[in-house]
Amino acid sequence: MELTSLERDMLEGKHGEGVALAMKVQVGTGKAFYAKRMVPITRAHVAASAQEGDLYFVTKLVDLGARCLISPTTNPSMDLKYVEEHLCTFPEDAIARVKASDDAYRRIGATMTLSCTPEIEKNVPSFGEIVAFSESSASPYVNSVLGARTNRESSISALCAAVTGRVPEYGYLLDENRRGEILVEVEAKVDDDFDWALLGYAYPQKYKGPEVPVFTGIEARPTPEGFVQFGAELATSGAVAMYHVVGVTPEAPTVEAAFGEKPVKERVTITDADLDRVREQFSGEPGPIEYAMLGCPHLTIRQVGEIAALVEGKRFAVDTWILVSSLTLELAERMGHLGAIHRAGGHVIPDTCMDVPGCWDTYYGRPGVTESQKCAFYCQVYGQRYAVRPLAQAVQAALAGEVVK
Amino acid sequence: MSEREYTCRPISEGAGEGEALLSTDALCFAMCEADTGCVLEQGHCLDGRSVAGKVLVMPTGKGSSVVQADGLYRLIMKGTAPVAVVIETPEPVLVSTIIAMEVPLVDEVDPAFYDEVEEGDHITVDAVAGKIVVRKNSTAREA
Repeated sequence: MELTSLERDMLEGKHGEGVALAMKVQVGTGKAFYAKRMVPITRAHVAASAQEGDLYFVTKLVDLGARCLISPTTNPSMDLKYVEEHLCTFPEDAIARVKASDDAYRRIGATMTLSCTPEIEKNVPSFGEIVAFSESSASPYVNSVLGARTNRESSISALCAAVTGRVPEYGYLLDENRRGEILVEVEAKVDDDFDWALLGYAYPQKYKGPEVPVFTGIEARPTPEGFVQFGAELATSGAVAMYHVVGVTPEAPTVEAAFGEKPVKERVTITDADLDRVREQFSGEPGPIEYAMLGCPHLTIRQVGEIAALVEGKRFAVDTWILVSSLTLELAERMGHLGAIHRAGGHVIPDTCMDVPGCWDTYYGRPGVTESQKCAFYCQVYGQRYAVRPLAQAVQAALAGEVVK
Repeated sequence: MSEREYTCRPISEGAGEGEALLSTDALCFAMCEADTGCVLEQGHCLDGRSVAGKVLVMPTGKGSSVVQADGLYRLIMKGTAPVAVVIETPEPVLVSTIIAMEVPLVDEVDPAFYDEVEEGDHITVDAVAGKIVVRKNSTAREA
């Protein structure tokens, strides 16, 4: 890989040990993908999750003197104060970890948005921009829906990119790797946001490779939320960070444009049966639930409004958590949705992820409902048994205190 | 006991040796229980089996951007991480995570390796020189 003199200086420690460590990770990654050079970025999005591994690395970088050249937005962590007032208190070490994470990200120069949907608010790239986005549900949206260019960055590599202000040029940054290779003929009915989530989870079950899939047979453009959930599930079930939907996404006006010079390597058909299989896999057992966890990725103001309309004048039977960005919370308050949800006994919590260790221990090993396969998948490890339902049905389940078949 | 050497490309430098654990599925380290290193993912070919101290041979990595690093970090802290990882196809989240966490990682292994290697073989990965040595567990083979 050819480095400029500035990049060599960074790697050799002339800009401090922290920058050198960031460069080491990036150059190592670049070499693994035969990158020829590094290119500047204009935006980044990093983790700030307060998860141990993430905290370890950001602390190491910042203590070694690294500061971000490009201030990145951040993923959620935990609204400690809200959780302590409404759910549980925390052991000292958990509080210390969240505070240490916030502190380290502030010191390294991050913009503390604490939301996992930067691609629809606060950090929205334009067509062709080269960026480093680490949230796996955001990367497919950035590449596919917006036509900006990011690789499937880890929390670590995106933070390194924010520090050095550049990324190794490989993968989805190059035209040839953005072209489709897998032709996906969708015969299934894909109408609402939940169908898109099912499709996102189903595709990698039928084709495991990371090649760019080209979805055909879909006529209606999904909502922004449908696209967000689609990307989240593609990245949970597989490692897809770029796709095309012919006639919908900007680099795929036609099948020919989507594939460019590349031949169709494989054809995959997705039927209603494939979506039903995912629906069934995540359906859980009918019966009582003890909580609802909604917002993985964070719900938008439109979705919060839908929930508010469903629960106006009613009461939740179980603890109901609606996870949003601070901006969405502010809007929900201005628009009266927050009052409706509070009167129903629900919580709208900003800045928080469903997968922050320590935050949700109350619910470990217990049955709940969520709208997100991603949430259900990653919480298996905590013994949380989720029934996954479309948002409106999940809200109904939270009102009733049970999920129905 | 037979011994054979294969070439490979170092991605994350270092060295490690241990028993081979072969996976036909990509793995996300967050799906491993930290205390035991056991994979807890329904439908995964390694479901219920531990990566601790093993040379993990798998196609590539998968999983969301933060949890891969967190999962691997927790395994390292508990001493239940694999000692080295051998992959067929590099994947950015896995590669950057493994370099940052300083676990030896190689790819582009001589294709003959995949014909020969079996579960439980003793493997030495030299992710500096780009060498993998496979020692067959002869008793297991005879049995």
